[in-house]
Amino acid sequence: MMKVAYYPGCSLHSTAREYDISFQLVCRKLGIELQEIPHWVCCGSSPAHVTSHLLSIALPCKNLILAEEMGLDTVVAPCAACFNRLKIAKQEVAEDSKLKKEVEEVLGKPSAGKIEVKHPLQVIIEDVGLKKVEEMARRKLQGLRVASYYGCLLVRPPSVINFDDPEDPQSMDNLVSALGGEALPWAFKTECCGASFSLSETDIVFELSGEILNEALEAGAECILVACPLCQSNLDLRQKGIEKRRGKKFNLPILYFTELLGLALGMSMRQLGLSRHIVNPSKLLERKLAVT
Amino acid sequence: MARIGVFVCHCGTNISATVDVKKVAEIAKGFPGVKFTTDYRYMCSEPGQDLIQKMVKEHNLTRIVVAACSPSLHEKTFRTCTQNAGLNPYFFEMANIREQCSWVHDDREEATLKAIDIVKLAAAKVGKNNPLQTTFIPVEKRVLIIGGGISGIQAAIDVAFNGFETVIVEREPSIGGRMAMFDKTFPTLDCAACILTPKMVEVNQSDLIKLYTYSEVEEVSGYVGNFKVKIRRKARLVDENKCNGCGTCWQRCPVRLPSEFDMNLGKRKAIYVPFPQAVPNVPVIDQEHCLYINKKKCGICKKVCPFEAIDYEQKDEVIEEKFGAIIVATGFTMFDHSIYGEYGYGKYKNVTTGLHFERMLNSSGPTGGKIVRPSDGKEAKKVVFIQCVGSRDEARGMPYCSRLCCMYTAKQALLLKEHNPEAEAYVFYIDIRAAGKNYEEFVERVQDEYGATYLRGRVSKIFQRNGRLMVRGCDTLSGTQIEIDADLVVLATALIARPDAIKLAQMLHIPYDQNRLFTEAHPKLAPVETVTTGVFLTGACQSPKDIPDTVATASAASVKACGLLSHEKLPIDPQIARVDVEICSGCLACQEVCPFGAIEKEEIVDRVTQQKRWVAKIAPSLCNGCGACNTACRPGAIDLDGFTEEQIFGQIESLTADKGDER
Amino acid sequence: MKCSIASDKFRRKFAEQIEEICGERISLCYQCGKCSAGCPVTYAMDYLPSQITRFAQLGLTDKAMKSSTIWICASCQTCSVRCPRGIDLAKIMDALRILAKRKGIVPKEQIAPLFDGIFLGSIEKYGRLNELSLITKLNMASGRPFKDVSLLPIMLKKGKIKLKPQKSNPGKEVRYLMRKVEKLESK
Ligand SMILES: Cc1cc2nc3c(=O)[nH]c(=O)nc-3n(C[C@H](O)[C@H](O)[C@H](O)COP(=O)(O)OP(=O)(O)OC[C@H]3O[C@@H](n4cnc5c(N)ncnc54)[C@H](O)[C@@H]3O)c2cc1C
Ligand code: SF4
Ligand code: SF4
Ligand code: SF4
Ligand code: SF4
Repeated sequence: MMKVAYYPGCSLHSTAREYDISFQLVCRKLGIELQEIPHWVCCGSSPAHVTSHLLSIALPCKNLILAEEMGLDTVVAPCAACFNRLKIAKQEVAEDSKLKKEVEEVLGKPSAGKIEVKHPLQVIIEDVGLKKVEEMARRKLQGLRVASYYGCLLVRPPSVINFDDPEDPQSMDNLVSALGGEALPWAFKTECCGASFSLSETDIVFELSGEILNEALEAGAECILVACPLCQSNLDLRQKGIEKRRGKKFNLPILYFTELLGLALGMSMRQLGLSRHIVNPSKLLERKLAVT
Repeated sequence: MARIGVFVCHCGTNISATVDVKKVAEIAKGFPGVKFTTDYRYMCSEPGQDLIQKMVKEHNLTRIVVAACSPSLHEKTFRTCTQNAGLNPYFFEMANIREQCSWVHDDREEATLKAIDIVKLAAAKVGKNNPLQTTFIPVEKRVLIIGGGISGIQAAIDVAFNGFETVIVEREPSIGGRMAMFDKTFPTLDCAACILTPKMVEVNQSDLIKLYTYSEVEEVSGYVGNFKVKIRRKARLVDENKCNGCGTCWQRCPVRLPSEFDMNLGKRKAIYVPFPQAVPNVPVIDQEHCLYINKKKCGICKKVCPFEAIDYEQKDEVIEEKFGAIIVATGFTMFDHSIYGEYGYGKYKNVTTGLHFERMLNSSGPTGGKIVRPSDGKEAKKVVFIQCVGSRDEARGMPYCSRLCCMYTAKQALLLKEHNPEAEAYVFYIDIRAAGKNYEEFVERVQDEYGATYLRGRVSKIFQRNGRLMVRGCDTLSGTQIEIDADLVVLATALIARPDAIKLAQMLHIPYDQNRLFTEAHPKLAPVETVTTGVFLTGACQSPKDIPDTVATASAASVKACGLLSHEKLPIDPQIARVDVEICSGCLACQEVCPFGAIEKEEIVDRVTQQKRWVAKIAPSLCNGCGACNTACRPGAIDLDGFTEEQIFGQIESLTADKGDER
Repeated sequence: MKCSIASDKFRRKFAEQIEEICGERISLCYQCGKCSAGCPVTYAMDYLPSQITRFAQLGLTDKAMKSSTIWICASCQTCSVRCPRGIDLAKIMDALRILAKRKGIVPKEQIAPLFDGIFLGSIEKYGRLNELSLITKLNMASGRPFKDVSLLPIMLKKGKIKLKPQKSNPGKEVRYLMRKVEKLESK
């Protein structure tokens, strides 16, 4: 049994509960034990790195230290933004001795250097392996046409993230194919959805996420697969608004990859928390996968 | 006892601004053996050299030290001057107080002290110099040209014109290189075939030029004047002497394959000539795909050939020939844009390169001169050209400017409009580098007369939407982002070294740079020479070059090669390694380390035991005097003339002796 | 208006300041425009991202820091991954925002910096983000009290936001951390 520290981040405890639920369920099934970091704090996200460089490194570092104190060697962060910030903080501290000193002064502790930061996709593809996932699958995705959307923070900057391709990532696509779905090639896998502008510059989100929805629809998608709560929220919660502005119906369910994986592993929509989605995926899933 | 004269140069203010030259001359008076010192504004000038010669006579000097610039710049000058003063030319030493002192220091006092030390070293050495005599080797009066593109062709014609025999070794079935692929050439727009074909024919018909096509150089040994070269003549399976190029065989061959010459836009057969004007006009059989060779089926070509030229049994042949000089003309290849994820990783069929476009423009090319979308063969009306793909992109390890993409892109935009006035040409560029003769004027015509739209900015992304290409760029001049839906995208991909460049460089013992381009002996003063005497460079194998530059370097390299061959004998530098066979144990550790392959083993009869034994032997014409063997030899059998142990230790002592006192 | 570039010394200092904050060298930029070509939000910016680098190079610091561009930048790093000179422009945008905040020249009409402040205020208080308070505070501060109100019922229903902040409250530790950062940075 693989044991990893779990950093849910703020979203998975609020807007992205279903990501949290489905990820935990999938892990249990795949033999991964998640241990939530006690007293974890917000990673600071964009507001930190546009305000103070030191703060934007210190906050993630605090969490890394907490995770290392648990005696585990890997921390997994499902939110692409948190994942990104944790990775960057770890790397910058490793490469910049001055910064390291400052961070240690702020935290009053030696910074964590050993713990590895992973995204759930990485854990599933690199540690569990698609072959095992395929073997364990109890349902086929029956040619479900899926546009995998990775967003910015899961793959950029490649020198830090060091996982998947920054221009045409494949990990979710490979997962979809392994589970019997049709992974659609499309060009907007890493276009920006507007991310943190969801509340402040919502018009930008309408525009950018609208482009993504449109491109996915044109590519023939029946749903979009995501690996980040910010992307999910922008594409799902704002979809109605986008439809209104563009005068075009998309009706594209925005699923977390953990949800689709959970379904394939035999879980029910209810277990996975799929009712929490704004664009209701149940019709599509019932029709295609005969799940309830 | 040697009588040394020290001459300190100001080099204008290059040296004197930082080094107190008068003081250096003054202090040098006290060095052992030094009988005369002076300083002068320009030692290398005629009055400067006269001064040296006059002082040699006046003060009876027997050794000369010139404290000035670097040996690579003026050692030769002063050696000749020393000789003209009636001394052995190796009774001279250069003290480099410019590059190694005044240019790299600011503090005048410390720089002066350092200059004094440098002069002291030279004086200590020159006193122990032995007289050396230049030796001579005979010259093989033939030139090998590797590569039969326009540069190799031009070089062969020039060498032959001078009356020397040349051999062109070309890897492909035909000579012609890249230029044979083009339609028209900038800036004059003459048709490439019209100006190239006559040269190809001339090469074929000249009695002095031998053509080995479908051949490769496999091994090079020997040295200037006497290169021994092994050449592999790959089996064509067609007898060049019998075939007359009638074409019956390739018309009848049933196997159709993508044509490399046509950038896979057209087809060829398993027996083929790459293009109609090929020289020699003799096909080759592609052994990988021929039905007879692989399955013992078919055999049609043999049956139909009226001259019985097909020979399935033909084997590769390795021949050895001797040459006095070698001209490297292996040209370039194109950067592979499939590393650019943002441009689709090479997946989009309608994202092509300049070379594809050249083939499409060519009326005898795969599309008959029509500009089409490779995906569906439909005419392309809206064409986006993107410059600097793989050039000026440090992030992808491609720092340099490919120099001619600006021009060929302009040409292609013009030709697009000429082929189809309705077509639209958009050119994304960063800078337009049109520095050749009439180049800027050419670009102006393309923009003004032909109405190509130039947009200043690098393209960030290309993707496909509804079967069209979406090109996301920007125009920094107007400050706007621009998205164009295009039928066709043409990438001006960088010109880069061929994949086997390093292998060839190692074979020829010539250096290459971080971009695998062959390095000239001096970027300004020896642009077609290499550090290996007798090996010359021409064309795009050295750096991206357009046809005018390529032809110019081809002629330059041939002059250099012919210059060598015009001598009956060649002088070689006597500052080389020497083996004392009495001490040499025959371990040949030296052979391992010699980067020039200058060491062979030789059997001798031992003077004492009268037994035969092996010792190292140095080929004077190959040894570059690098001294690697010298340090590798454990018994100390090797010494380097001009840098003997006695000289080096003398130098060290000269410095350590009084430094020790100071402490 | 006549506009001349800043003195060498001033420009060098500014470039050093940026490098100090984010480690990037603006002098490397050769204005190819690839960043601007791929930036998803140029349509909402007053200047292109590459122009911002240019302003910074020329020492036109006010132009750079008072542009809407730096606040509209979504930190998506599209520019950074594709820059041929390997410049992480997203980081330069960060540095300019940080400098503008330090200098107190954040344009009033920009909502993003308001959001940043409220966001950080929230984690200062709770250690983690409290979405509901973030939304309400931001709406009030930006003078759009009813923005997204129509979404609230469904978000509540679907459990996307909660009325109460999360149980665990490591706010104290974050406050302590922030104080220390401030102290170090004011040095
Ligand atoms: C798209 C495009 C358009 C261009 N248009 C123009 C134009 O309009 N005007 C202009 O002036 N220039 C133009 N150029 C530049 C022109 O192609 C070069 O200047 C020219 O081809 C250089 O000639 P070269 O002989 O040095 O190299 P190449 O043409 O590359 O020829 C080298 C030859 O050496 C052979 N070879 C390579 N390695 C070996 C080996 N190891 N052994 C034996 N043989 C070997 C190759 O097979 C080839 O035949 C253009 C270039 C490109 C890419
Ligand atoms: S024998 Fe080979 S080359 Fe000749 S016609 Fe048949 S397939 Fe073509
Ligand atoms: S001096 Fe250098 S080149 Fe000459 S034989 Fe020795 S190792 Fe070879
Ligand atoms: S892509 Fe890089 S080099 Fe080009 S303009 Fe932008 S920052 Fe400058
Ligand atoms: S990081 Fe900012 S400037 Fe760069 S592409 Fe994204 S939004 Fe544009």
